[in-house]
Amino acid sequence: MTSDAELGLRDRLAKLSGVKLLRGTQLSSELERLQRQLERLKDDTSDEEIWKRVELARHQERPYTLDYVERILDDFFELHGDRGRMDDHAIVAGLGKLEGRTVALLGHQKGRDLKERTKRNFGMAYPEGYRKAIRVMELAERHRFPLITLVDTPGAFPGIAAEQHGQGGAIARSQAVMVRLSVPTVSVVIGEGGSGGAIAIAVADRVLMQENAIYSVISPEGCAAILWRDAAQAKKAASAFRLDAAHCLDLGVIEGIVPEPVGGAQTDPDAAATLLQESVVSHLHELDGIAPDDLRRTRRAKFRSMGVFA
Amino acid sequence: MSATDKIDVSIEHKRATLDDGTAKKHPNTCPGCGSHYRDDELQEHLRVCPQCGHHFPVRGLERIKQLSDPLSFVEDEGALRSGDPLEFFDLKPYTERLAEAEVATGLGDAMITGTARIELLPCRLAVMDFSFMGGSMGSVVGEKFARACDHAAADGLPLVSVSSSGGARMQEGILALMQLPKTICALEDLHEAGGVMISVLAHPTTGGLLASFASLGDVLVAEPGALMSFAGPRVVAQTTREKLPEDFGLAESNLRFGHIDRIVPRGELRPVLAQLLRLFGSKP
Repeated sequence: MTSDAELGLRDRLAKLSGVKLLRGTQLSSELERLQRQLERLKDDTSDEEIWKRVELARHQERPYTLDYVERILDDFFELHGDRGRMDDHAIVAGLGKLEGRTVALLGHQKGRDLKERTKRNFGMAYPEGYRKAIRVMELAERHRFPLITLVDTPGAFPGIAAEQHGQGGAIARSQAVMVRLSVPTVSVVIGEGGSGGAIAIAVADRVLMQENAIYSVISPEGCAAILWRDAAQAKKAASAFRLDAAHCLDLGVIEGIVPEPVGGAQTDPDAAATLLQESVVSHLHELDGIAPDDLRRTRRAKFRSMGVFA
Repeated sequence: MSATDKIDVSIEHKRATLDDGTAKKHPNTCPGCGSHYRDDELQEHLRVCPQCGHHFPVRGLERIKQLSDPLSFVEDEGALRSGDPLEFFDLKPYTERLAEAEVATGLGDAMITGTARIELLPCRLAVMDFSFMGGSMGSVVGEKFARACDHAAADGLPLVSVSSSGGARMQEGILALMQLPKTICALEDLHEAGGVMISVLAHPTTGGLLASFASLGDVLVAEPGALMSFAGPRVVAQTTREKLPEDFGLAESNLRFGHIDRIVPRGELRPVLAQLLRLFGSKP
């Protein structure tokens, strides 16, 4: 499946991404050179290249939130339920120690076999999932725990009960709570960053994407069905969207790319977890020195600057 | 118009469709009751069917005229135009779609903002127009709403938003999704400054609009029959393969499930907004 050219590209991107590519920080000339290289790399990406990333982001063997939790957190204690109606298994949350300090972590959770997939609803949360996320965010704020969120969802669940229980409002309120937090927050898209269901838990100080993750306003299939009136045009839609990490970085939507083992995170989950942990820890260290009010102000300024208009 | 006229019209129409389902519909047929209407008559009735109360869509400027005191509205930020960050091309380039929409609607984008007075009470308005690319929210709608929040905070004025939108604008890709947190950040800034936002949900308010500022007003009121759902009925039906309840996603169902404060028929919207502004401390 993987051509030499693709391997080469991946290798280059992995090397590039090993260097922190932070927007808004001062770039040394070396970093600028690498950034230019990344631009060229981005220009190289064909429809096929981007579609391979879509497939890797959805790969059945790709590590999910709990796979990373058990590898990067010590003493993990899972928190269940929204304190109102139910426990949505499509979003997992808990407390654990990251390099000795307590952090709150929450993320979408997909399932690997049929039974687990059904239990996790394929990582598509109900409003109850977002309310569980909200209460864990508030807990983190109360106790000054940094918050880490891992994003991996095709989207919020489109169902009758989900609508009746207020899907739109729950997603809106979850974002509003993240906007208000004064503790450091880091979000990483570890697979599919699907639309509203993803942004609900990704309004963070630092938003990162794994090298083969995707982030988009609608699924490529959904977009193709609407704009091209043909779901088979998903490949075309995917590349038109530029939903890969390099493009999202270029658009200023994310602050960095987390490298994966060659061939994708599924080839070596332990190595993928180590790389993820290194990125998250280094970003948290950078955020540590910032006063709570400044954190909030900077976070808001960042999201408020997104968009292209004249 | 007398009451007998009204009844006759609707019955005639129902017969016509029974006789021949393929017959071409009269262009001015009410989807609620099948009666025919005259354009000027419908406009006089705030574009609400005088026979059955069906709420027709209202263009942005007409909505502003309906809600605000005569000649009180002053538009701002009207010069904002969208960029094309993805150089997006589906069946047509995005830039061409934008130009066509501007020619067809006379608007720069899907939201109109400015200051106005409602029953003498000064306020800021942010009103959406569904006829501009389905009222979709891209960079310009996001920026206009954000600036409306800032102006409202700076002037100490309440903000009234009227949403009517299919959701995020796909042609702007991930940046369209980022307008959700962007508008929420702006609204949080307004709320922290002590400002108030009244959110009016008109048909339809779906997807990214419902998942952002439209759901976060201090008070939420909706027009009768307005669709307000995160996922559209077709998507939900396809995904779940269940029969949808008759009022699925409609304002009436949302009121029952506790997502909005009240359903306000269009004719009462102006006095209700004035009442709310007074309750939040507005003075002429």
